[in-house]
Amino acid sequence: MSGDPITGTVILDQIAASGVEFVVSVPDITTSAGLLWPLAEDKRFRLIRVCKEDEGVSICAAMSMCDKRALLLIQYTGLLDSINALRSAGCEYKMPVCVMAGLLAKEPGVPPTQSKSFGVRIVEPILDAMNIPHALLEDLGDERHIRLSIDRAYAQSYPTALLIGRQM
Amino acid sequence: MMRRDLCFKILAAYVRNEIIVPVYQAAQEWHGISPDYALTYYSIGAMGQASSCALGLALARPDRRIVVLDGDGSLLMNLGTLVTIASQKPANLLHFVCENGMYEANGGHPIPGRDRVDFAAMARAAGYVRADTIATLEDFEAKIPGLLKEPGPVFVALKLTAGPPPSQDYLFIHGAAARATFKAALRQS
Repeated sequence: MSGDPITGTVILDQIAASGVEFVVSVPDITTSAGLLWPLAEDKRFRLIRVCKEDEGVSICAAMSMCDKRALLLIQYTGLLDSINALRSAGCEYKMPVCVMAGLLAKEPGVPPTQSKSFGVRIVEPILDAMNIPHALLEDLGDERHIRLSIDRAYAQSYPTALLIGRQM
Repeated sequence: MMRRDLCFKILAAYVRNEIIVPVYQAAQEWHGISPDYALTYYSIGAMGQASSCALGLALARPDRRIVVLDGDGSLLMNLGTLVTIASQKPANLLHFVCENGMYEANGGHPIPGRDRVDFAAMARAAGYVRADTIATLEDFEAKIPGLLKEPGPVFVALKLTAGPPPSQDYLFIHGAAARATFKAALRQS
C-alpha cells in the first residue's frame, strides 16, 4: 500500500524549521523537479552545488564546527560513494552530517530492503552497520521525521539519513 | 625547492587568527611547529577532503580567513573541489598545496603525473581568483604577508623537498580533544 505522496513543499518547510541554512547538493532525478529546483529558488537556504558527494560530507561537517546547520541532498549512489568520508567525519570523529538521499528506482510502497534494485536494497543495511539512524520519506506524514532526525543529529553529534522513497 | 618544515615555520610567524586546515604529514608538521595554535582544524581520516572542509569553514565563517595546507596526492583525490571552490568564490580562502610529488604517508610512492602536473594551472583554469607556484623560501617569505590578506580564493603550489621526518602525534591529531579545542577557540574568537 502507498499513501498520498510526500511533497517537496512539505519537505522544504521541515528542513527550514530544523534550522538548516545551507543545502549542499549533487542533483538526483528522484528529487530534481519536486525538491532541488524549488529549493534553488527558496531564499531560506543557500544552495551549494558540489562536484562530488563526499565534498558535501566534509562541508556539512565543517559547518557544524561553526554552529551552522547544513543538509546534504544527493542520490543514494552518492551516499554509497561517500561512505569513507561519512565513516571518518561522521562516525569516527562524531560530527553531525545530515544526508537526504533519493532512492532512485525504489518502488513506492515497497520497503527499500525489498526493492528490485540491488543498490537500493543495500542502503539501509549499510547505514545500520554504521549505526547511522535513518528514516523513509515517502508518504505525507513522513515529514515528521525530518526535524526530529536533524535535531537529534546535532544534539548527539552523529550523522543521520533521510531516504526519499519515491520520485518527486 | 623548499623544506616543508622551514616553510611552515615562516607561516607560523605570520598567522594571528587564521583558521589552519592541514592534512596528514602536513598536519603532523604543523602540529609539531605550532602545537598550541588552537585554530587548527586537522583534516585527517578521509584523504582528499581538506579543501572541502575549508570551504565549509569559509562559507560558515566569512569573517575568518581559512588557510588550507593540502597535499598533492590529497588534492588529486578530490580535483572537483577546485571547481566547487571557484564557483563559490570564498574571498577568505587561501589554498596551499604542499607539492612533494609523493604519497608521503604511504611509503613515498610517486603521485601520478609527478613533475608534469601543473597544479596552479589547474586551479587557474577552474576559476580561482589567482594561482601561483612558489619554489623558494625567500619568495615564500616575501609573499606570505600579502597572501594572508589577498581576496580569494587564491591557490599556491609550494614546491617542497623532504625535510626531517615530522614527529607523529596521532593520538592528539585524531583525538576528540583536538576538535573540541578548535571549536571552543572558534567560538571565543
